[in-house]
Amino acid sequence: MPETSNALTELGVAAIREGVAKGSFSAVEVAEAFNANVAAAQQALNAFIVPTPEKALEAAKVVDADRAAGKPLGKMAGVPIGMKDLFATRGVQTTAASHILEGFTPEYESTVSQKLWDAGAGMLGKLNLDQFAMGSSNETSYFGNVISPWRRNDGGNAALAPGGSSGGSSAAVSARLCPAATGTDTGGSIRQPAAFTGIAGIKPTYGRCSRWGIVAFASSLDQAGPMARDVRDCAIMLGAMAGFDPKDATSLDMPVPDWEAALSADLKGKKVGIPREYRMDGMDEDVAKSWEQGIAWLKDAGAEVVDISLPHTKYALPTYYIIAPAEASSNLARYDGVRYGLRDMPSGGNLQDMYAATRAAGFGAEVKRRIMIGTYVLSAGYYDAYYTQAQKVRTMISRDFTDAFTRCDVILAPTAPSAAFALGEKSADPLEMYLNDVFSVPASLAGLPAMSVPAGLGLEGLPLGLQIIGRPFDEQGVLNAGLAIEQRAQFTAKPERWW
Amino acid sequence: MSEYRIQGATGEWEVVIGLEVHAQVVSKSKLFSGAATEFGAEPNAQVSLVDAAMPGMLPVPNKECIRQAVRTGMAINAPINKWSRFDRKNYFYADLPQGYQISQLYHPLVGEGEIEIGIDDKNPDNTKVIGIERIHVEQDAGKLMHDQHPTMSYVDLNRSGVALMEIVSRPDMRSPAEAGAYLRKLRTILRYVGSCDGNMEEGSMRADVNVSVRKPGDEFGTRTETKNVNSVRFVMAVVEQEARRQVDLIEDGGKVVQETRLYDPDRNETRPMRSKEDAHDYRYFPDPDLLPLELDDAFLEECRASLPELPDAKRKRYEQALGLSPYNADVLTAEAETARWFERLLSATAERQNKPEADVAKQAANWLISELFGALNKLGKELQESPISPAQGGELLALVGDGTISGSIAKQVLEKMLETGDGAVVIVEREGLKQTSDTGAIEAVIAKVLADNADKVEQYKGGKEALFGFFVGQTMKAMQGKANPGMVNELLKKALG
Repeated sequence: MPETSNALTELGVAAIREGVAKGSFSAVEVAEAFNANVAAAQQALNAFIVPTPEKALEAAKVVDADRAAGKPLGKMAGVPIGMKDLFATRGVQTTAASHILEGFTPEYESTVSQKLWDAGAGMLGKLNLDQFAMGSSNETSYFGNVISPWRRNDGGNAALAPGGSSGGSSAAVSARLCPAATGTDTGGSIRQPAAFTGIAGIKPTYGRCSRWGIVAFASSLDQAGPMARDVRDCAIMLGAMAGFDPKDATSLDMPVPDWEAALSADLKGKKVGIPREYRMDGMDEDVAKSWEQGIAWLKDAGAEVVDISLPHTKYALPTYYIIAPAEASSNLARYDGVRYGLRDMPSGGNLQDMYAATRAAGFGAEVKRRIMIGTYVLSAGYYDAYYTQAQKVRTMISRDFTDAFTRCDVILAPTAPSAAFALGEKSADPLEMYLNDVFSVPASLAGLPAMSVPAGLGLEGLPLGLQIIGRPFDEQGVLNAGLAIEQRAQFTAKPERWW
Repeated sequence: MSEYRIQGATGEWEVVIGLEVHAQVVSKSKLFSGAATEFGAEPNAQVSLVDAAMPGMLPVPNKECIRQAVRTGMAINAPINKWSRFDRKNYFYADLPQGYQISQLYHPLVGEGEIEIGIDDKNPDNTKVIGIERIHVEQDAGKLMHDQHPTMSYVDLNRSGVALMEIVSRPDMRSPAEAGAYLRKLRTILRYVGSCDGNMEEGSMRADVNVSVRKPGDEFGTRTETKNVNSVRFVMAVVEQEARRQVDLIEDGGKVVQETRLYDPDRNETRPMRSKEDAHDYRYFPDPDLLPLELDDAFLEECRASLPELPDAKRKRYEQALGLSPYNADVLTAEAETARWFERLLSATAERQNKPEADVAKQAANWLISELFGALNKLGKELQESPISPAQGGELLALVGDGTISGSIAKQVLEKMLETGDGAVVIVEREGLKQTSDTGAIEAVIAKVLADNADKVEQYKGGKEALFGFFVGQTMKAMQGKANPGMVNELLKKALG
């Protein structure tokens, strides 16, 4: 019954959960419908590294049985999701989209994925991403590019970037291969792909979601979060992912609020800050317009709009591209061919030869570039000039936000400087690629909750996202402002199916 | 102790020594993982996902390891830094799964402290203070095994992630003997505190030995660091060999190179460990997986309250309150185990005789040091393995104290106790070893001894008074040692007029 299947894959997290709970359809039917979409799109979009249809069915059967037995159902009961292949999943290959971890099958489950399974979600598969989450276009995966389901309205068939690093997640959610997916965000890796594909995604406050079992990129920045079609779905899924974890020393030991229950688009009494430093010369006209539109919507929702200043904004990008590679250069040292993953041992070689050969073969160019940058900025004689200085600037960027939040409750800004670009368009120039993170890295450096919601389509017919940044621990404020935009944007566009 | 000098062709040289001691923290689990730490387990039997640095694994500090390091810091009178931080020391090696060691470079847990060492065997009160620069905590690495396969090396990660305290001294030592005394004293303190078992053979304590030489009064010379020396004897040998080597080198027109060296005990020499080409840039930076370590007053107070009486304080108390000789006090406090044993013996002895401890302390100390130590030594046993308990020792000493047996009979009883495991009272009863205080019986024996040795009696009376001891001996021998020595003396004097 293709009609039914198609109808089911149009549903989001809340609708599926409610339908399953009411018995309008079974969890197995939902899983089968999404499994079919995953299979049909795999060749064209390459969103998954490993589809796991049997896992989705298995979880769905448990939910259906629980419902039949009258047992209470979890927050995500019957919702099949995509899992970014940065989360360790027991018995299922976990690669971080790298050759060096190809074939690595952990005997453990990440805290966040375990929480989702415990809440009744099932796994449709492991989603493609930029290798070790390093990239803004999903062009650095060892397992090939992810192709965005979106196309420009110019009649051309240029393959577009789904954003990165959570490009498999964004492509899969927008193409209706899954109702929601996990992402991770180090400098914008949830928000930018969400913006590129017309979906919602939130990076919570640093420490809300446990990092245990997530392949590390930059420990002081990495945060997991949900990517879904709307704000409510994000609130539900984030509630299932978050929570204190004694296995992560940086985990927040705070109760998890019921974000879904407290959702409200009424912003009366709230102040929205507009950072003047984000108005950059040569800003894409579309992007500037959608920002103006967003300001108007939030006013309409009852908020007062105030101009704020985040004076160190222009230093955020260079600061990020020192700190993140520094941490990555150390975090990735464990991939050495000794205990797991790829080992390349030249005949007659010694330990050093094994390291060199394994890492040369196992890491892609972008990963190597960042390891080199990170190693350089930490080396003797350069450490103070780069790393120490970057840490100082990071503190100042944080202080900018602290000061700004004395004048406003949330901050509104664009998510990315442009709509999706074509694959290959920026991959030759790493610096141009890094510029894509200009609006997203400040909140990452400050550890603040930030989300991207769809604001509309630009001139090329591609989605644009608006970013809301909140105070530490105030995911609620961020979600509520997102909801106010969502209700006014009435974003219903979706990629036309060409695959 | 006279000043230690090396005689060179150009005159006398002084050696300057600093020690970096790695002490394994006593704790059931590792510094950042829940894995066990017991010595001698099968290779890779005590390895958690964290220790093997599996993807996505994170370190979480083990409070007990921090507590032990804090207590150690307090025991050397060092300030505890309520805010400290862990740093990563990055380098590649097959025994280092993470590719970095988590350590504390910039902000160590413990600040400057000191240790008082004895520098004169004959006078324990003659001491010198050795400064301690810092103590920080860090992870141990695993171990490579090169003898398992003809062409490959195997890795054992049991030690990987085990907590170490690195205790860094100031360059305050000036002789092999001082280095040895410092290491022994440090080990004693660690054992008292219970933060490290000090077992150097098992690798629980290793020293990096920094040595330089100079003409007395000159600036410090260039130092070398000899790594991982695992006994007091070897540390002293390293100082001696390395100082000699440096003096010879300089006097031959060479220059000491700052480098790391290894000690080869078989050849009794040090040699360079790695060349300059391999010099590491460790790229230290704060570990982003860990928040700064912040300690509150309640925790510090608990650490302080849990500290035992430390060796220096105990030694002084033994001398001043118990009246022991400095030598005995020093022997009894040198090891925490010995002091514990002595204190149990002392309380049992005092209780049995219903006397204050100070009245029986000398008796107990002398017996423990000259009798029991000797007997255990013959059996090849440590005090902890003594078949005789402190309570049984107290029982024996009480029999001497109340005159039931003499000191020499006590030696026999001790031997029988060791043989049979029976208590002193039982043995004395069974073997009829009670000492005779029967005047008549003793007088009868004395009469016989004097009659049998009439010639010696003559000599004695002629002025050879030293023969008195001979008569005592003969009398005691005839009575199988069971006569009350005091009465024998008295009655003999009377009989000899």
